[in-house]
Amino acid sequence: MKILTGNNLETGDVVWWTGSGWSRHVADAVDVDEGGEAIAAREEGARRVNAPYVIEALETPEGPRPAHIKDRVRALGPTVRPDLTLKPADPNAGSWVI
Amino acid sequence: MYKYDQYDQAIVDARVEEFRDQVERRLSGALSEDQFKPLRLMNGLYLQLHAYMLRVAIPYGTLDSRQMRMLATIARKYDRGYGHFTTRQNIQYNWIKLADAPDILADLATVEMHAIQTSGNCIRNISSDQFAGAAAEEVADPRPWAELLRQWSTFHPEFSYLPRKFKIAVVASDQDRAAVRLHDIGLQIVRNDAGAPGFRVFVGGGMGRTPMVAPEIRSFLPTADFLSYVEAILRVYNRYGRRDNIYKARIKILVHELGAEEFTRQVEAEFPLVKALGLDAPEAEFARIAAFFADPAFEAGLADELDLADPDFAAWAKQNVHPHKTPGYAIATISLKPVGGIPGDASADQIDLMADLAERYSFNELRVTHAQNIVLPHVRKADLYALWQQLEAAGLATPNLDLVSDIIACPGLDYCSLANARSIPVAQKIARRFADLDRQRDLGELKLKISGCINACGHHHAGHIGILGVDRKGEENYQLLLGGSGAEDASLAKIVGPGFSEDGIVDAVEKAIERYRAIRQDGERFLDTYRRVGVEPFKEAIYG
Amino acid sequence: MVDVLRFRDDASADEPAVTLDAFVGQSNALSVRIEAGEDVRLLIPHLGRIRLIEVAFPTFRDGRGYSAARILREAGYRGELKAVGDVLVDQLPFMRRCGFDSFMPDAPLDTAAVERALGRYDHAYQKAADGRPPVWALRHD
Repeated sequence: MKILTGNNLETGDVVWWTGSGWSRHVADAVDVDEGGEAIAAREEGARRVNAPYVIEALETPEGPRPAHIKDRVRALGPTVRPDLTLKPADPNAGSWVI
Repeated sequence: MYKYDQYDQAIVDARVEEFRDQVERRLSGALSEDQFKPLRLMNGLYLQLHAYMLRVAIPYGTLDSRQMRMLATIARKYDRGYGHFTTRQNIQYNWIKLADAPDILADLATVEMHAIQTSGNCIRNISSDQFAGAAAEEVADPRPWAELLRQWSTFHPEFSYLPRKFKIAVVASDQDRAAVRLHDIGLQIVRNDAGAPGFRVFVGGGMGRTPMVAPEIRSFLPTADFLSYVEAILRVYNRYGRRDNIYKARIKILVHELGAEEFTRQVEAEFPLVKALGLDAPEAEFARIAAFFADPAFEAGLADELDLADPDFAAWAKQNVHPHKTPGYAIATISLKPVGGIPGDASADQIDLMADLAERYSFNELRVTHAQNIVLPHVRKADLYALWQQLEAAGLATPNLDLVSDIIACPGLDYCSLANARSIPVAQKIARRFADLDRQRDLGELKLKISGCINACGHHHAGHIGILGVDRKGEENYQLLLGGSGAEDASLAKIVGPGFSEDGIVDAVEKAIERYRAIRQDGERFLDTYRRVGVEPFKEAIYG
Repeated sequence: MVDVLRFRDDASADEPAVTLDAFVGQSNALSVRIEAGEDVRLLIPHLGRIRLIEVAFPTFRDGRGYSAARILREAGYRGELKAVGDVLVDQLPFMRRCGFDSFMPDAPLDTAAVERALGRYDHAYQKAADGRPPVWALRHD
């Protein structure tokens, strides 16, 4: 699947396109198929997102899993500081990234 | 250390308001990201993997307790309770909001700090020797010249849109603790036969995709010509540096493509034209600045011996303490490399503690080293034990300076959008593998440096052992390099063979080190043995 | 919004700027346009007769025009020095310091933003082409 990601302009938070807005949780990301670039341009123009781009992801039972490790790190947080990630209490979160 | 006058303060304050205006125009849409990006970079603000990252300048690595406390405050107030000290003596915060950035800069300005030109295609933080003003063997304190360069380079109207970033380092000792020959311009203060001070000038060093050791282009530049000459170098670069390919845009490429001789000829031709403009600061200005770097009020007649009865203290004193130019004093290095920790990171509490210790034990002064540690430059020997006890209680007393677990590591793929692989976990695993301090001390000086991508912020080209993280078909992979040095014996590490997985690189490092131990001769460091025997014995040990 | 900015009292040159090659080949051109990579020193023998030099900024990131401008002013050029192309508000202060006294940006500039930018800094650390004394001169009068 293809999903759309970027950063919130004011906060810098990593965000994922949900179909209607932007979420901080990759599990909320939808398949944008071939329409990602157009959505990115529109959303960036309206400043609802900064620096958006389309990525490949695998559909999994837990939700989309970005194909590239860099985006998985973005999705969760630094592997070396689990306490600073989106899932500090989840001992398996790190292995989802790696 | 240098203190702002009304002019310095006015300039920094104006910059804060300028950036506040620019941020507002970005948020309102008056500026596109493409237009805004160079502006925010010139204020040290990156968009990284998790958030914006702010790189705060610590000019030539020197700061005082008040400034250190502000760095802790910034970490708590605007970030997530910690900061990362970098290989250019700056500090980075990883979780910054764009909307907060102007206020952060305003807070920094109240203690004479800023984030000016810590990124962007302009002249970056001037780096220097972390032992400046304290080491016995320096010709002079290099920092007054570093401060002159800082002011000269700040908002230089001709050189703010260079082909690429520009890094300058200044030292004043034959022992190069700032890696000057791996900088765009490296300056070493020397004295001529008449005893007058001047500079050896190196141009065109650097790491990254095409590492190069800078050639010397001038063996003696009188200090009175200093800024004019540097201006001439920058003008040649600004006019003729490549702008067609960002991987070929550093001055090292220009020097390499022209050849050092032709490049030097062009600089020497430009120099008299620039000199005629009268833009060198007068001697009075140098004297004004130099006065800020006068020695603190060292006491005379202090005890020069140490009580080494406590073996843990003795280990730290032996490894992390350097001789001072003044009897009774010592230079103490605080390790930010606890085994299994994140190299260069410090919590807000640790930063506050270091500020307190500097105030109490080091005339209020601290230094940041390019190896991502902190130095207290002027500690009475009589105070070292009490200092060590407090460092020990805070996890800041690892006695591993220049040993194998004193690793330089960039933030890597855990933080950086440029990275291809994670570097911190590799550093942690290697440090844990060699956790035994007796083993580390037996191995002696061993500088291990890890970069998560070819940009080489971890200085892997300059490591006795260097590790480069790469992306191999979507997977993290690590190349092993041997034989680099960032000191006065500068050399570039060479890759030994095919890359490894994360666990594989740790094993490969251990094999290389054990091979060193097996074949070393008396007094040889790892680097010396490598230089004596070449890569083959190591290759054979690693790949079998 | 403003399409051109000019900080001179005299009348504008009224003939179009020729290319550097054309200028060097002609004895009567008074206005010349310099592209980003061209060597502005070729104009030095002719500065006395030139009324207008345009310096191109193909992208605002290309900083070669700043050196071109300073070199011309340092060589004694007193005519109009115009920055043309991808000229944005935030680069104007540096351009003025390098000696540019007129601007023809690709996109119009917000006048209020221009005023704020140009009035922002009372002091400069280094000598440039605008005659402003550097801070070190103020410190040691």
